[in-house]
Amino acid sequence: MCEALVSRAANPDMLFITGDLGFMALEGLQAVMGPRFINGGVAEQNMMSVSAALARQKFEVWAYSIAPFCYARPFEQIRNDIAFHKLPVNLIGNGGGYGYGVMGPTHHAIEDYGVLLTLPDFAVFVPVFDEDVGAVVAAAAGVDRPTYLRLGRGEHPTGYVPPSYAPWRQLTVGDGATVLAVGPLAGSYIEAFEALPASRRPNLWAVAQLPVTANPPPNELLAQIASASVLCIAEEHVAQGSFAAQLALYLATRGLAIPKLTTLHARAHLYERYGSQRFLREQSKLDVPSMLAAIAQ
Amino acid sequence: MRTFDRPLSAGDFAAARKRLLQMHYEAGVGHIGGNLSAIDAMLIVLHEFVQPDDAFILSKGHSAGALYTALWSLGRLSDDDLAMFHKDGTLLAGHPPASGIPEIPFATGSLGHGLSLAAGTALGFRFRNQDARVFCLTSDGEWQEGSTWEALIFATHHRLANLTILVDHNNLQGMGTTEAVASMSPLWEKLEGFDVDFDVVDGHDAASIRNALNVAADRPRIIFLETKKGSGVTFMEERMEWHYLPLTEQQYNAAVLEIDRR
Repeated sequence: MCEALVSRAANPDMLFITGDLGFMALEGLQAVMGPRFINGGVAEQNMMSVSAALARQKFEVWAYSIAPFCYARPFEQIRNDIAFHKLPVNLIGNGGGYGYGVMGPTHHAIEDYGVLLTLPDFAVFVPVFDEDVGAVVAAAAGVDRPTYLRLGRGEHPTGYVPPSYAPWRQLTVGDGATVLAVGPLAGSYIEAFEALPASRRPNLWAVAQLPVTANPPPNELLAQIASASVLCIAEEHVAQGSFAAQLALYLATRGLAIPKLTTLHARAHLYERYGSQRFLREQSKLDVPSMLAAIAQ
Repeated sequence: MRTFDRPLSAGDFAAARKRLLQMHYEAGVGHIGGNLSAIDAMLIVLHEFVQPDDAFILSKGHSAGALYTALWSLGRLSDDDLAMFHKDGTLLAGHPPASGIPEIPFATGSLGHGLSLAAGTALGFRFRNQDARVFCLTSDGEWQEGSTWEALIFATHHRLANLTILVDHNNLQGMGTTEAVASMSPLWEKLEGFDVDFDVVDGHDAASIRNALNVAADRPRIIFLETKKGSGVTFMEERMEWHYLPLTEQQYNAAVLEIDRR
């Protein structure tokens, strides 16, 4: 992410504001941007309103925090000051989903894009692979409306070469179920799916941009959904406000057939024990064995 | 934004007050007390200080009526516009709208946003090397919002000398006096240690307000306006209920009569 932003920093109208986060990650950007790199302090509400005001003056504004701090506390500032005025502030939330898993429930961002997509004209980007980030940053900067970049750690198999960035990408091909996964989670399934015989191997699609209405599914995917017996959707996000709900509504309101729908999603903060992102995915049945079990049914 | 160079006269203030009351009476709505406490400073700022490139941000959005009246007095809004106040299809909602009126840069109404918006605007002017000022009018009660303090910390840290904050210190809020609710009165005593320049002035005395606004500073400047809720209408002054109540016909006529006689 730092490199992607550094590549844009020659633009004198670009401003970056962080909520005092980014240690050992953003120093390169800070060095390049000088005073245009603003540490807004531990004050996310102010950061969002300041960002709105700067965007109103036609600056290219990037507001950064870790994902859980990016949208929850300052939601009203995002809604009133950014969204109501259609200001193209780019919010960057690092560690979306369970990215900060063992840090505890305050650090989980599992309702982030659902919440933000209740606002008018918000665009959400969830890069699937680390290699996507440059393209996502460029795409977000080119959108004349508020954006939210939910960043996570890419998880493709060793040696895997990801396809070029696109809002929808098919990652595995087979005659099995149709599987859609949002963001890095999609990459976590590649190896296991590739190991399946073609007859059972799912058609795995990675989703990187929301809402669905602004990024409609490609015809090829719609054809697969129409002929599939099982559609499985996985996302590190709670069911309410989920991509799955968006897609189901999209299909239903267009009279398109929806096969049996299985959704794997984050549990809504209902844990007695905490652990890593992998542990929490297991708890939510988002891990690879749970996915294989879901598509085998 | 200013339209003429002469200072506002007592007649100008009276005319604006009456227009404000008329607008609220015809709409049958309240929030009159806080509008009357803020209108004098708002008129002076908008008529005599805000230049075309400057910005005025009304953080206490519930004084939208005073803002609309000030814009009417500047010729930016018409009588027809004011007649639509609070009506279906209006631009003039009970709190400032998000678009449609160039002089209103931001929708406000949820307290604690305006100072951050003003600080961001002031910082933007600095980045643009633009010699422009930002004026932000807050209520006193909204200094109970943590975000207002976040904004003050930001503004002082960045030494935003182009930012002037006005505080309508009318001592009354939603359910009581500011002292009874939050023990913050007088507010300026809570600023000790902040790198700000501040004044405390009579918020209904035009000369005092002007003098305070004319003081140059090399850091953010806060002008505490000691005001009366409902100022100018005796039966409203410093009474809680005028945060909420609409005017009856009898009250409206009595208020206008009092303003005419002053």
